[in-house]
Amino acid sequence: MEDTIAGISTAVGNAGLAVIRMSGGKAFEIADMVFRGREKVVSQKSHTLQYGRIVTDDGEIVDEVLLTKMAAPRTYTREDVVEISCHGGYYVTGSILNLLIEKGARPAEPGEFTKRAFLNGRIDLSQAEAVMDVIQARTSKSSRAALSQLEGKLSSELNAIIDGLTNTLAHIEVDLDYPEYDHEELSMKQVEDEAKKAMSHLDRLIESFHYGKILREGMDVVIIGRPNTGKSSLLNYLTRKNRAIVTDIPGTTRDVIEETVNIGGIPIKLTDTAGVRETEDPVESIGVARSLEALKKADLVLLLLDATDWQGEEDKRLSELVKAHQEHFITVFNKMDLVKDESTVQEIMKQNPDAVLVSIKAETGLDVLEKRLIDFALGNKMDLDNQVLVTNARHEQQLRLACGALESALEAIRSGMTLDIVALELKTALEHLGRITGQTADEEIINAIFSRFCIGK
Amino acid sequence: MTDMEAFIGGEYDVIVVGAGHAGCEAALASARLGMKTAVFSLNLDSIANMPCNPNIGGTAKGQLVREIDALGGQMGLSADATFIQSRILNRAKGPAIYSLRAQIDRRAYQQHMKHVLETQENLDVKQAEVTEILTEGKKVRGIRVLTGTVYLAKAVILTTGTYLKGRIIIGNTSYNSGPDGLFPANRLSDSLKALGIELMRFKTGTPARVNRRSIDFSKMEEQPGDPVITPFSFMHDEIKRDQVSCYLVHTNQETHRIIRENLHRSPLYGGEIKGVGPRYCPSIEDKIVRFADRESHQVFIEPMGLNTEEMYVQGMSTSMPEDVQIKMLRTLPGLENVSIMRPAYAIEYDCINPTQLKLSLEFKEIDGLFSAGQINGSSGYEEAAAQGIIAGINAALKLKGKEPLILDRSQAYIGVLIDDLVTKGTAEPYRMMTSRAEYRLWLRQDNADMRLTPIGREIGLVSDDRYERFLRKKEAIEAEMKRLKETVINPGEAVNRFLAEHGSAGLKTGIRLYDLLKRPEIEYEHLKALGYGAELSREVMEQVTISIKYEGYLNKQMQQIELFKRMEERRLPENIDYDSIKGLSTEARQKLGKLRPESLGQASRISGVSPSDISVLLVYLESLKREKEKNKGEHPQ
Repeated sequence: MEDTIAGISTAVGNAGLAVIRMSGGKAFEIADMVFRGREKVVSQKSHTLQYGRIVTDDGEIVDEVLLTKMAAPRTYTREDVVEISCHGGYYVTGSILNLLIEKGARPAEPGEFTKRAFLNGRIDLSQAEAVMDVIQARTSKSSRAALSQLEGKLSSELNAIIDGLTNTLAHIEVDLDYPEYDHEELSMKQVEDEAKKAMSHLDRLIESFHYGKILREGMDVVIIGRPNTGKSSLLNYLTRKNRAIVTDIPGTTRDVIEETVNIGGIPIKLTDTAGVRETEDPVESIGVARSLEALKKADLVLLLLDATDWQGEEDKRLSELVKAHQEHFITVFNKMDLVKDESTVQEIMKQNPDAVLVSIKAETGLDVLEKRLIDFALGNKMDLDNQVLVTNARHEQQLRLACGALESALEAIRSGMTLDIVALELKTALEHLGRITGQTADEEIINAIFSRFCIGK
Repeated sequence: MTDMEAFIGGEYDVIVVGAGHAGCEAALASARLGMKTAVFSLNLDSIANMPCNPNIGGTAKGQLVREIDALGGQMGLSADATFIQSRILNRAKGPAIYSLRAQIDRRAYQQHMKHVLETQENLDVKQAEVTEILTEGKKVRGIRVLTGTVYLAKAVILTTGTYLKGRIIIGNTSYNSGPDGLFPANRLSDSLKALGIELMRFKTGTPARVNRRSIDFSKMEEQPGDPVITPFSFMHDEIKRDQVSCYLVHTNQETHRIIRENLHRSPLYGGEIKGVGPRYCPSIEDKIVRFADRESHQVFIEPMGLNTEEMYVQGMSTSMPEDVQIKMLRTLPGLENVSIMRPAYAIEYDCINPTQLKLSLEFKEIDGLFSAGQINGSSGYEEAAAQGIIAGINAALKLKGKEPLILDRSQAYIGVLIDDLVTKGTAEPYRMMTSRAEYRLWLRQDNADMRLTPIGREIGLVSDDRYERFLRKKEAIEAEMKRLKETVINPGEAVNRFLAEHGSAGLKTGIRLYDLLKRPEIEYEHLKALGYGAELSREVMEQVTISIKYEGYLNKQMQQIELFKRMEERRLPENIDYDSIKGLSTEARQKLGKLRPESLGQASRISGVSPSDISVLLVYLESLKREKEKNKGEHPQ
């Protein structure tokens, strides 16, 4: 029997409601592991709806939902289907999906629901041609997307890894196929070094898929700036305007304040640091150290400057400090309402073309700032639709599998396995990477590409 | 057919054109499957000739020989009967690539094979030049030979090797010739062209043969055979035989200088040779030019047989003129006074584009015409023989009205070889390599019988004798696996001391022999030394050990094979009109239409056919299936 798949079938965004769909032989069983309603899903009548809660193993309530049960074969996929209507937003939908996956569902690949619908005979024969057209259209669209992605850093790094491993493997293959040829044979040490090098690259890449992480765990944003530039006002504004999920004000220090707010459906942890400046005060120096730590670990830094006073020594130092420790930051000029002089505005914009100009007091420019935060969380300017989300998950999975195969190669070397086994593992790693760049054509990748339909359709 | 008044020399089920390594296996397989068969050779004294290196086996090639043998073929048996040195290569690098290679007494091998052909029931051996393939419509009817005599046949297998319009080149001299100074086949190419078959021109070469008495072996490194001989054939237990040695020397700066100074006289660089040569087997001038930073290259001096002083100079293949040849050979230590008996030469020949074949090795467009061996663009005796046996089997199966035998890439190197040739084609003479096989850990030389003998049995090529042997071995393996899983070895001073001596951790509790043998440092011999061994044949011991030590990896490979099989099992109907499938890319449509793959798996290996094209085909197949079911529903019988 086919495995059970789950996916968010409504558009991702901060809509009020979302639907999560699960299809396959274990759909009801898995639903019962996370859903608490009046009766068990297994015994619920087919094609009915019941109210209940999605609850974690620890008893934490994730959301109040409506659950629809549809038993095979009168369903979209002709398999057992469960649909969960929940509140919208990344946090809630992501949490529920993760729970289902934890309990045994597999993330649906793009278009997998439709593919099952077709292969199970749900979609009429007359539509087969349309299905084929869509595959080709989707593929060319996705290959365009892949191409632009391929031009990026990710892909050039991936290709470098593939080249390195391919060269190593090729050398091993020569050693194996031409045992009498008097070339220098590759030592196990060299293979080990190459595998380790590739693994560290892959680890970095896996980590670089932080969008997924942000959606699951939220984004860390640190606000930094001289005293009186409006840090706490900004924090207060964002907290007031957006629903705070958890309020967490540690009293142990006087200088780091955290708030987690939901902006555009993304959980964002805001940290207000104490003024970062050199000081003799021992308490404040701890604060500075903590602030620096927060600055380094943040996903994004908001550097807050006073538009009426932004060219002083201290601001320059602060700006250098941020640049030295953080790749991702947004410069925010506050108190724009106090700047009456058009030439000052011109000067600010000239020197800081990427800056966001706001007045917290007059509440201007803040919508732009929120949008920048969301854009950053969602991978900059990329329009995050379902497809990208799942593609990323697939990429990440392949990267992890490649890493796993390399680990197995190292393990084989350590335990004294023969060269043919080491070669086997390296080849497996390459196959996984090839599935990202689209160079292998086994059934798995075919499934993946086949399914370039929209998820949950 | 044009003239029915021609003298009909005979009427056969199957005719094989050429009696090299492909032709011998094809003819024997066909005759052994009960087909009335004739095999034609330009010269009966050149049956199963080895016009190049006097050895059989090596990496990947050794596996091919074992597979041919497991199916009930001849090469392994004849090699075992006539080898003069035997070695296992790659022993330290893992069981997937252990490869057996033997130096063969060339003449003895030929005589042995010729006699096997002569004594084979249902088989006629004939000397004649085949000049024409006779067809009726798109169906083969027989052949015509140079004298005009016609032989009728229901199937014809082309195994012409390098003879088709063969042309030998030595320096600025070139002449029409087959290999080893034999006549070429100058006329058949035109007949093939007239049948619409696309021909290509390939090139290969061979080094000089020199007289043993002119060599000073004291300056060379001796390479003796293995002390314990491993036979090729599953029919043979250990073979005891005196072996002769090979010798290793290296080229030096002086050799390279002579070659460089005379490069302009090499037809390869002078533009004389137009055929495509193999990258993996370069001539010495190629090596010097392409790997200019190498200070020396290996040269092996190998005996051609016991009753000859001819020695083969492996590594010095060239098409340089004779005076350069002798000069460069004489720079090698021990060859200062060498006497050349046969000069090195390059040879060009016609071969077919193998993508014109089905996986059964039958031409897609000509019913009953098969082709195997070097004519299909491959290189090597073993590759030729492997195709030969399949072509012979399939010609016979076709006449019996049965489905062809198609070994897939997960079953045999033979499958990899044929699939590569037929699906992807080749731009140079194709040599088998272990790295071409995706499932190398499974396609081992030790288990070729487990993989293929039941198949050979079902076809009818495996004799009772062979099958009995196979069953006994299988039982012995199963019994030993069971014993190792059920027998526990307990800790003790002696046991732990023994283990420590062999770099293995001592036992704290009793463990199964099976688990002990899993340890990389423990060999089956150790179990014996501990008093826990059984009296097993070398083969059984080898396979049990490999199965246990590599169990995890083998299981993984089996899972991959399962995925692979799913794609192979999705058959593409022969009459698909790819132009009518809208979703396909233009390139895929053209390639699929031209190559007409037999399964979705084969289609996916065609360059230019993308995964999305495969998806489209998947959907197309599904709709075909449903259409069929629908029709069935509407017209109940």
